[in-house]
Amino acid sequence: MFNAKIYISLKEGVSDPQGVTIKHALDSLGYKGVKKVKTGKYLQVELEINDKERVKEEIEDMCKKILVNPVIENYTYKIEEIKE
Amino acid sequence: MKFGVVVFPGSNCDYDCWWAIKKVTGEKVDFIWHKEENIEEFDCIVLPGGFSYGDYLRAGAIARFSPVMRKVKEFAQKGGLVIGICNGFQILLEAGLLPGAMRKNKNLLFICKYTYIKVENNLTPFTKLFKKGEVAKIPIAHFEGNYYVDEKTLSEMKKNNQIIFRYCNKEGKITEDSNPNGSVEAIAGICNKGKNVLGMMPHPERCSEAILGSEDGKLIWESIKISLAKERAERIK
Amino acid sequence: MGEHKDKPGKRAGREDKMKKKLDKIDMELVKAHGLTEEEYEKIKKILKREPNLTELGIFSVMWSEHCSYKSSKPVLKKFPTKGEKIIVGAGEENAGVVDIGDGLACVFKMESHNHPSAIEPFQGAATGVGGIIRDIFTMGARPVALMDSLRFGPLEDPRSRYLLKGVVEGIAFYGNCIGIPTVGGETFFDRSYKANPLVNVLCLGIVKKDKIVKARAEGEGNTVFYVGSSTGRDGLGGASFASRELTDKSHEDRPSVQIGDPFMEKLLLEATLELVETGIVVGMQDMGAAGLTSSSVETASRGGTGIEIDISLVPRREEGMTPYEVMLSESQERMLIIVKKGREKEAEKIFKKWDLHAVPIGKVTGDGMLKVKERNKVVANIPVKALTTDAPVYRRRYKKPEYLNEANQLNLSGIPLPDDFNRIFDKMISSPNIANKSWIFEQYDHMVGTNTILLPGSDSAVVRIKETKKAIALSCDGNGRYCYLDPYEGGKIAVAEAARNVVCVGAKPCAITNCLNFGTPTDPEIFWQFTKCVEGMAEACRVLGTPVTGGNVSFYNENPKGAIDPTPVVGMMGLIEDTDLILTSWFKEKGDIILLLGEGEKTLGGSEYLYHIHHLKKGKPPQINLEKEKNVQDFCLELINEKLIKSAHDLSDGGLAICIFECCILNEEKILGVNIDLKEKEREDILLFGEVQSQIVISCSPENLSIIEKKAREKNVPVKVLGEVIEKDFVIKNNNKTLISRDLKKTYNIWKNALSQKIQILEE
Repeated sequence: MFNAKIYISLKEGVSDPQGVTIKHALDSLGYKGVKKVKTGKYLQVELEINDKERVKEEIEDMCKKILVNPVIENYTYKIEEIKE
Repeated sequence: MKFGVVVFPGSNCDYDCWWAIKKVTGEKVDFIWHKEENIEEFDCIVLPGGFSYGDYLRAGAIARFSPVMRKVKEFAQKGGLVIGICNGFQILLEAGLLPGAMRKNKNLLFICKYTYIKVENNLTPFTKLFKKGEVAKIPIAHFEGNYYVDEKTLSEMKKNNQIIFRYCNKEGKITEDSNPNGSVEAIAGICNKGKNVLGMMPHPERCSEAILGSEDGKLIWESIKISLAKERAERIK
Repeated sequence: MGEHKDKPGKRAGREDKMKKKLDKIDMELVKAHGLTEEEYEKIKKILKREPNLTELGIFSVMWSEHCSYKSSKPVLKKFPTKGEKIIVGAGEENAGVVDIGDGLACVFKMESHNHPSAIEPFQGAATGVGGIIRDIFTMGARPVALMDSLRFGPLEDPRSRYLLKGVVEGIAFYGNCIGIPTVGGETFFDRSYKANPLVNVLCLGIVKKDKIVKARAEGEGNTVFYVGSSTGRDGLGGASFASRELTDKSHEDRPSVQIGDPFMEKLLLEATLELVETGIVVGMQDMGAAGLTSSSVETASRGGTGIEIDISLVPRREEGMTPYEVMLSESQERMLIIVKKGREKEAEKIFKKWDLHAVPIGKVTGDGMLKVKERNKVVANIPVKALTTDAPVYRRRYKKPEYLNEANQLNLSGIPLPDDFNRIFDKMISSPNIANKSWIFEQYDHMVGTNTILLPGSDSAVVRIKETKKAIALSCDGNGRYCYLDPYEGGKIAVAEAARNVVCVGAKPCAITNCLNFGTPTDPEIFWQFTKCVEGMAEACRVLGTPVTGGNVSFYNENPKGAIDPTPVVGMMGLIEDTDLILTSWFKEKGDIILLLGEGEKTLGGSEYLYHIHHLKKGKPPQINLEKEKNVQDFCLELINEKLIKSAHDLSDGGLAICIFECCILNEEKILGVNIDLKEKEREDILLFGEVQSQIVISCSPENLSIIEKKAREKNVPVKVLGEVIEKDFVIKNNNKTLISRDLKKTYNIWKNALSQKIQILEE
């Protein structure tokens, strides 16, 4: 069994009003030196497949097909084995 | 002629569209369940507003994989008329039938109110009854209506006159204040290169009757009806 | 759906007591369940044995204040509930039903979700909306409108701002996604609600008269279906006490707030209405508070039958759930549907189409018992009536509160008369209680359904009924300050105001629902407030002809510093027979005549002016004469039906000056002005901002003036000409002395942006 942890973020150049708002909130709470805040999505997909390579292929396919919008989003992922 | 309003799990404005089209055009309108694989009987497909699949993952991201969408894509590729309103627009973007993507509104709040839009291109089957530059009073209701497209695609779209509606003020001026959600270049509605697929965030079905505060939405349905009638007349010739 | 059954403090105490293994139920555990020793003895008598834990849980929830209305039932009996147009009245079903003609009926109800919203405003408000919507479609009606009545502490308080934002977002999240327009409501700020916000939500639906579904389990042998989301440990929180086999999961720190899924509920709504069309539904009830328990018990009780269910068949989303947990779970978006025996496959097919669980879990029996099994083992067996009609009822003590004598003293000489009424006026229109609320209602989709004729901001919301000429008017009203100072008068006024608001748009008031928000019922002073409010409301309902079709009582809205102002909120439903006759509240043309209908004594007692400018909550609220009120309302409706007037707007918060101002600016596309010279002897601030009942500002064309005055004389309604509508400027004089002179554009902007600006500034 494998767990894929997928991190999806907005591409550079795509405005991130949530990130901007959060940065302002941190500024006003007195945190110094916060340069930028980017928001994104986190998905966790548990797969009952035993072959790590196959898992990687499946996840790539899912990201390209549906999980990620290539017009405005980038993604990275980590694949970990789930030990019973 | 026959209009088809697609119903996805979570669509809300399907009946509203059915009612408005029927009232304004008097033509046949039917609902199309999202699992339907045969849409041959229809002359115009309407993707209505709502929250298909709860807007989960991204608005329209899951609905675009519904069985009916494959047929809608074929229909569009053959030149059939498709209009996507609000969530319908989002679905067309996710399906790649229109360029660009939607983001959250700039102020991060859902916005429901009347706006003014300017008709930038009145040479499409959806807008032929408008005058160029005409200002229409039409409501919006969305959380993710902030349209984005990259520079390169945007200039191509402009070259091809694909920008159909822009948010403006009552006098028709495009200002920052009159752009409710931060869309790039105040874009409220676009079409594809072939001009047969239209996506718009404002809701024409909500302003097709005087009692609701504005009748400007009528012109869109009437434009479609005239275009379809003309097309049929030409085919018969 | 609605409130948690006991005070927040009690819940925390129970948590600790629950976290241990037990062989026997002891009094500590009984008390932790909110039951008294006497109640426990009663249970033993009914069962002729000791209850097991699951049964204890079932009794505790069915005998809780929220489900049994044990403190309020005797008082609620004072409400008139019958009427010619009332098909289903208070207490009979999940919601009230009013006949509106054309073979149609209106199903509506209001509920509170105060305590969950105070803890988690977003989900608390969202699930409140979800719950009230289910109460409507469980009767086979399609929900067509939502309204909310919200009360928070002052905006200066950061937590109140946090609650305001969360609650509005939560209501928007749920209502918008499910596609039911939130067409109006009220939002009010007062220090009394600082620790105890009020979130009351109203839902209205339309149904064909012959298709109304009752919440009754009838017909021995009929199948009991569970439909919707799977069951989890929602709402059980730390108070979930398992049987001997305690697992770590039972003790995990679970939130006591449920999470709403409006998408799921949309599917549930469509599937349910589709099922009702088939005619195989015998009865139906949504699973609200203590879901499976209350729905099965209440349907069996109304049906005069029994019900047997096997909880091992209930779809679950967590492992190792005990019978106690399954029976008491408050997981959202679930319904209990009784289907005709033999027709189960049809039900399953419809729910499959919508990708929903639909599982037969039991049957209707004839033995009057709630029998819960887990496979073959009986885990609870209780006579149904013991949980409902035979639940304990208490006659609480009450006594007039000590604070009243002092609070009712208002020494006017101690209130300095302002010298600059322009400044006071600007302050009044920027008060969050009077300022424009578009920051709030623009977050709600108020247009979906294309039935909303009057948008938020009017006196009432108006929703049309397609394929008829009819429309429904809806108004939510309440005034905690008035009720604090005089609960009986305040109760009368709550109903009268709501009726007046629907009259002003051209609707005949038909019936009400209500949310009664109060402190702790075992406090005799609070119970006196409750009793007097209900008596006042009942009196007004009788005189105005608006029976009570149902509602909700929310007690325990208090904290160590004290209770909220007693706040009954009324949801009034009115009928408009012809949409051509709908009237709006704003002035229409320059040159129109402005008239004041009705007369009464203005007072500063309990007024917004007294609170906002002088920081006092004292005096006595304006007195109301219900006969005179009815007379003015009937006359106003007559004028509207005969198309003699062009606008109508009643006087309420802020008094005459605010009322006239609103008539000038409520249509932002055509702002008009006034130049009025009042000829009164009152103190100037009372004249401008004093509050009064039974008065309506109307406007008409000059040619209709004499006929209106003639009719008014015939109907014995006082009418006075105030002045004329002009193009710009807002000028109010008294005996030639200018009191207020403002530039309308400027004041419009102050009024429009006050709320959003205040929120923004305070956040920085």
